Amino acid sequence: MANFDITSKERDGMGPHGTQVGLLRVLGPAHVWALGVGIVLVGEYMGWNFAVGKGGAYAALVACWFAGILYTCVAMIDSEVTSTVAAAGGQYTQAKHIIGPLMAFNVGLYLVFAYTMLEAANAITAGYLISQVAALTGYAGTLDQQPFIVLAIVFLAWLNYRGVLATLTFNLVITAIAFSAIIILFLATSGVFGGGMMRHADLMADNAALPYGWIGILAAMHFGLWYYLGIEGTTQAAEEVRSPARALPFGTLAGIMTLLIAATLTWYVCTGLIPWEYLGDGTNGSVAPLFDAARLTGSQPLVWLLGVGTLFATLASANGCINDASRAWFALGRDKYLPGWFGAVHPRFRTPYRSIVFLVPIALAFALKVPLDQVITFSILSGLLEYTFMPLNMILFRRKWPMGKIKRGYEHPFHPLPALTLLALCAITFVAVFLGYGTQLVAMIAFYIVASLWFHFWRYRFVNRGAQFTMPWPRPEGY
Amino acid sequence: MSFWNYMEYGAWALSAIFAVYIVVDWLRTDATYSEEVLTSSREGELEAITEEHRS
Repeated sequence: MANFDITSKERDGMGPHGTQVGLLRVLGPAHVWALGVGIVLVGEYMGWNFAVGKGGAYAALVACWFAGILYTCVAMIDSEVTSTVAAAGGQYTQAKHIIGPLMAFNVGLYLVFAYTMLEAANAITAGYLISQVAALTGYAGTLDQQPFIVLAIVFLAWLNYRGVLATLTFNLVITAIAFSAIIILFLATSGVFGGGMMRHADLMADNAALPYGWIGILAAMHFGLWYYLGIEGTTQAAEEVRSPARALPFGTLAGIMTLLIAATLTWYVCTGLIPWEYLGDGTNGSVAPLFDAARLTGSQPLVWLLGVGTLFATLASANGCINDASRAWFALGRDKYLPGWFGAVHPRFRTPYRSIVFLVPIALAFALKVPLDQVITFSILSGLLEYTFMPLNMILFRRKWPMGKIKRGYEHPFHPLPALTLLALCAITFVAVFLGYGTQLVAMIAFYIVASLWFHFWRYRFVNRGAQFTMPWPRPEGY
Repeated sequence: MSFWNYMEYGAWALSAIFAVYIVVDWLRTDATYSEEVLTSSREGELEAITEEHRS
């Protein structure tokens, strides 16, 4: 056995609770931005355009902005709570401190499912993209996508295993390239520098912009989430940033601003170049709309740039999902909500290595065996359940620890307006999801009810109830 | 065999290399350090040292 000197100056993460090996605090605001935007940006490259199919171009824009309001509320609430509850697990840890163990267990599961499913979806997409590259380069046979799906997951798991700084620096580079590609496409096609190619007036003539009226807008809300789904993942970096009070609000709020810009530009460019009937069919029509828009320009450099952007956005998303799912699983293990074995930290790389390894075969199984649309739907539903918990969490947080009672890294304005707005938008989105995926929604809720019963009647007896609350906070109001 | 057939085999080979690296290092780490050390991480260490709150 190795001997540890916990007074060593070369190892941090050691503190009054007895931590000998903890996660490494090396990240800055740019890494937080890269984590949040990296997970989401793939939604701009593909997936959002199903909203056009549901309700037309204007419905997709309204959904884009309504979902933008929903996620701005998420980002504001997350920034305040996570800059105060700065621990791995993000919303799981928030729920544990503010609401209670059963809510925390459920939120932990939502997080792990949402991110692992999204990781699997990204790996499937990466395999598909490489098969398209093979076809474009003249390969006549049928490319086996499986080795590329497996490589994407295993390589990114290896990167995550080796350390968080390299992982999120890699995300920063590829996310910045993918975001820049959207900006360059907009500048090249919009006519800002002359020679614009936009044909909005023609493509939205007559009924084309809003073919199904207001019900189309409601239906589009489900896929409106795609523009931003995953920005809340910034909170999982809370225990690895050098300054949680500064880096988390800065990175998260800069992230949502980036996504609002990217989403609006994406809508503008794609609806101005691609007819809505083709754009809205993400299965047999425009699978990767930004890439298709680049192809319509006839510019080979733009085609290559957006092709690389699509692949990078996919990899950045999978990479961020591995990071976030493993932190949530690790936090559940550390508190004994799951076997404590998962709460281990690698002494050299300072990563939750057992959680990272454990989730690899699960992601592989979903990526290789489950259809893409089912994987994506389970990811969206888990995310939506998580957002619904957040308003309740925020209201209780302000009530139990009013302003001035504990130090907050960021205090969001207009409380409780963002919480109530978020709750209302979640309710609308649940109706939209129920219209399209009612069976999956009911199945998902039934699964979480069964999991809750298991936790309540069996698992909770193993939880060390005193040891799970280690924040040096005063007692909440009324207790 | 075409270029893309070689790419398929290359992807399988790289996947195997990364997977073997992870598994070997995982087993070696578990054998080298005690479980007490590996699972000693607790949340709130930074806050316990630096934060002051009104009670």
